[in-house]
Amino acid sequence: MGLSPVLWQFLVKWLHNSSLFPAEASGISPYVDALYFFLVLMTIVGTALVAVLMLVFSIRYRREKNPVATQIEGSTLLEATWTIIPLAIFLVTFVWGALLYFRIYDPPANAMNIYIVGKQWMWKAEHPGGQHEINALHVPLGKPVQLTMISQDVFHSFSIPDFRIKREAIPGRYTTVWFEATQVGTYHLFCTQYCGTQHSGMVGEVTVMTPENYKKWLEQSTSGQSLAQNGERLFASMGCNSCHSGTAAARGPSLAGVYGSKLTLTDGSQILVDDAYLRDAILNPSRHVTAGFAPIMPTYQGQLSEDGLIDLVEFIKNLQSNYRVQQTFMTSASGESAPTTPPQGTTETVNP
Amino acid sequence: MSAAIGNTILSLPDQSTAQIPKRNYINNEHGLLSWLLTGDHKRIAILYLISITFFFFIGGAFAGLIRLELLTPQPDLVSSDTYNKFFTMHGIIMIFLFLVPSVPATLGNFLIPIMLGAKDLAFPKINLLSWYLYVIGGTLTLAALVLGGVDTGWTFTTPLSTHYLNTHVITAAMAIFIAGFASIFTGLNFIVTIHRMRCPGMTWFRMPLFVWAHYAASLLMVLGTPVLAIALVLVALERLFGIGVFDPTKGGDPLLFQHLFWFYSHPAVYIMILPGMGVISEVISTFSRKRIFGYTAVAFSSVAIALFGFFVWEHHMFIMGVSNYSALVFSLLTMLVAVPSAIKIFNWAFTLQKGSITFETPMLYSFGFMGLFTIGGLTGVFLGSLGMDIHLTETYFIVAHFHFVMVGGMLMAFLAGIHFWWPKMTGRMYPESLSKLAAVTTFIGFNLTFLPQFILGYLGMPRRYHAYPPEFQVLNVLSTAGATVLGVGYMLPMLYLAWSLKYGAIAGDNPWQATGLEWQIQSPPLTENFTETPIMDHEAYDYEWLANKTKNEVTTVG
Repeated sequence: MGLSPVLWQFLVKWLHNSSLFPAEASGISPYVDALYFFLVLMTIVGTALVAVLMLVFSIRYRREKNPVATQIEGSTLLEATWTIIPLAIFLVTFVWGALLYFRIYDPPANAMNIYIVGKQWMWKAEHPGGQHEINALHVPLGKPVQLTMISQDVFHSFSIPDFRIKREAIPGRYTTVWFEATQVGTYHLFCTQYCGTQHSGMVGEVTVMTPENYKKWLEQSTSGQSLAQNGERLFASMGCNSCHSGTAAARGPSLAGVYGSKLTLTDGSQILVDDAYLRDAILNPSRHVTAGFAPIMPTYQGQLSEDGLIDLVEFIKNLQSNYRVQQTFMTSASGESAPTTPPQGTTETVNP
Repeated sequence: MSAAIGNTILSLPDQSTAQIPKRNYINNEHGLLSWLLTGDHKRIAILYLISITFFFFIGGAFAGLIRLELLTPQPDLVSSDTYNKFFTMHGIIMIFLFLVPSVPATLGNFLIPIMLGAKDLAFPKINLLSWYLYVIGGTLTLAALVLGGVDTGWTFTTPLSTHYLNTHVITAAMAIFIAGFASIFTGLNFIVTIHRMRCPGMTWFRMPLFVWAHYAASLLMVLGTPVLAIALVLVALERLFGIGVFDPTKGGDPLLFQHLFWFYSHPAVYIMILPGMGVISEVISTFSRKRIFGYTAVAFSSVAIALFGFFVWEHHMFIMGVSNYSALVFSLLTMLVAVPSAIKIFNWAFTLQKGSITFETPMLYSFGFMGLFTIGGLTGVFLGSLGMDIHLTETYFIVAHFHFVMVGGMLMAFLAGIHFWWPKMTGRMYPESLSKLAAVTTFIGFNLTFLPQFILGYLGMPRRYHAYPPEFQVLNVLSTAGATVLGVGYMLPMLYLAWSLKYGAIAGDNPWQATGLEWQIQSPPLTENFTETPIMDHEAYDYEWLANKTKNEVTTVG
């Protein structure tokens, strides 16, 4: 039609590379899309209904056809109809949406955990094995993955549209989200909360790999130290072990096996020990004094980076016995010579 | 009534003899000072109209620049910092300096006393003060802009706004703080006026729905705006002195700011939309010659929106780590607040039934409002639905949604109202065919701009992005093309309305044959509005009363 073939080809290619609907690459996507189509249908039907009413009335009762209006006060029946029907539809939407919400934000117990730290303007992912990535995330296919997120500065928001998930990364507290990737490929990762100059540069790629490839990737990308190992070093270098040694005379509570347990605080309240609790107990210890202990722990606010806190949390999470804690503590206390492993029970005589 | 039935109800006086009334509020006094020191609600409305139009076009220019930048995926027109300043200024100006005062401060100011049969608002001097506060707020905003801009986004999210930006955050916060008081005073004035200054016979249920809508919006202004003011003061204090209310390293809570900010800013959308709904009620009734279907339901739905509107703010924070169960409560309440809006839409649609409908420009804008507001409202249900919100929030979907409500809804209503009452405010008619063209252009341009953004949003394109992946370009190009059409649609009224001030046909008292008290007095009105206190002896929208009155007038003259 007079359009030059070059231009035509360009247009075809351009349109071909354009997307109109996101990929369904996670377990939850089809469910979110189902609700979406229901809502789109509701919108189309609702708008069409209003448009048809307006159109039909405009034609039938235009002034040329109907010179004198008939006054009508209203109709309780009709008004009740268009109160109750929309209300019913909205309530269905509410229940449907709520079910999805709980599904997206309640991770299954067997999910593998990856830590995400947001900072201006990059996403840092930290795998438990010590693999770090910037603006990228590698995950295995078909395995539930939980992300525990925090921001080091301002609000960020971690969004993977093709997985239909999104969660705000907030300074000062952990948030979580989970997904199960169902399609191998690479997908966009966006920061969707405005976070300053390079907001639109805070993007990356999520790579979904088969479990075998993922295993290979983990092996190739390891830094040699797992998060828990980093945490153990930090635990020693910050002097945590001088109080949290697990001995009877220790001034701080034992941390072995504390993760996931119910703790009674001095004010009598019970609290579940999770990542968020551990982090907060390090930064604001006076708010979380375990029953039976004196509030003597200093705050570590400003002394630990979010990465360091994650290492510590990961260390405490995996701490099953106090054996190594005591060992490292005594090694550092006695100075020069590394002591031999003391037999259990004699530790009580050790006086820091 | 054997006169030929045309497709218009427009009845103008004989143009060869008609004249603008010798004495009216415009020429009652002369000189700039007589305007700047006036206590007349109608003059203050005009002052407001001029100022908000000015800010609308500045805010619009920023919108144009944003769309121009987004024509290509690369960040090639301006730097990222500049782009961030663009959308911040667009948001601040459009929301606080245009949408919030748009209908209440102009049409509301002008019409509420007249509709109630009063001489003026309850506190004329406070009314003038509110305009000055608005102007100071506007000037500070311009100062922030000229001094180098501000890039917090209109939401002032902490700790970004308190610790991480080196722009004129405090100036902008102060501007909004001060402009907020303009809004509080306007609301206060309306509430007192509606309670205390109704003319004899003007019971609550004889008031036009325009007044009911403003009453509900005024409650929101008076109760909500102080919370925004406090939130902004805290941002300024935290920035200046580091008081640590929002700073987690000092034991503060960054989510507290979100709660405080949205506690105002969600009701604020009802402050913006309710007065527009009031306009639509008047226009639909007049051009279908019928009392509004279910007057009481429409009146109470305004109040219901105002009430529920205060208890839904957390739906802006569903993904921010609030407790799952509180999210549940707020989602449910959000669904409930959608119902009164649905009631209104259907009541308006059924007002048309058995009416005698004509299609003058205000009616076209109102039809546009009904269509676009329906889409805007229903897409709001997507966002109120928890699981759906996770995917859609902070993307272009939400941008499209609130533009459908605020621009497709409120701006359409504002233009409907301006055209409808233009003859009353100025005594002259706007050019009909040109304005119809503008209404249609606006409608087409609007849909072209914002419909593609729904698709972009579902694809996941984040809002406030300076650059985006190339596969989103086609939809962005469509959107920018639409914005161009929309721009033309908004320029047209500006031009022909200015033209009509001198060359428009003389309107006469009641060109639309409408029933409101404002149409029973001369156009433009006298400074004192009524020569004697009117007595309301009929219901609102009583077209039979009007027909009788007109008949009697004809008899007297004959």
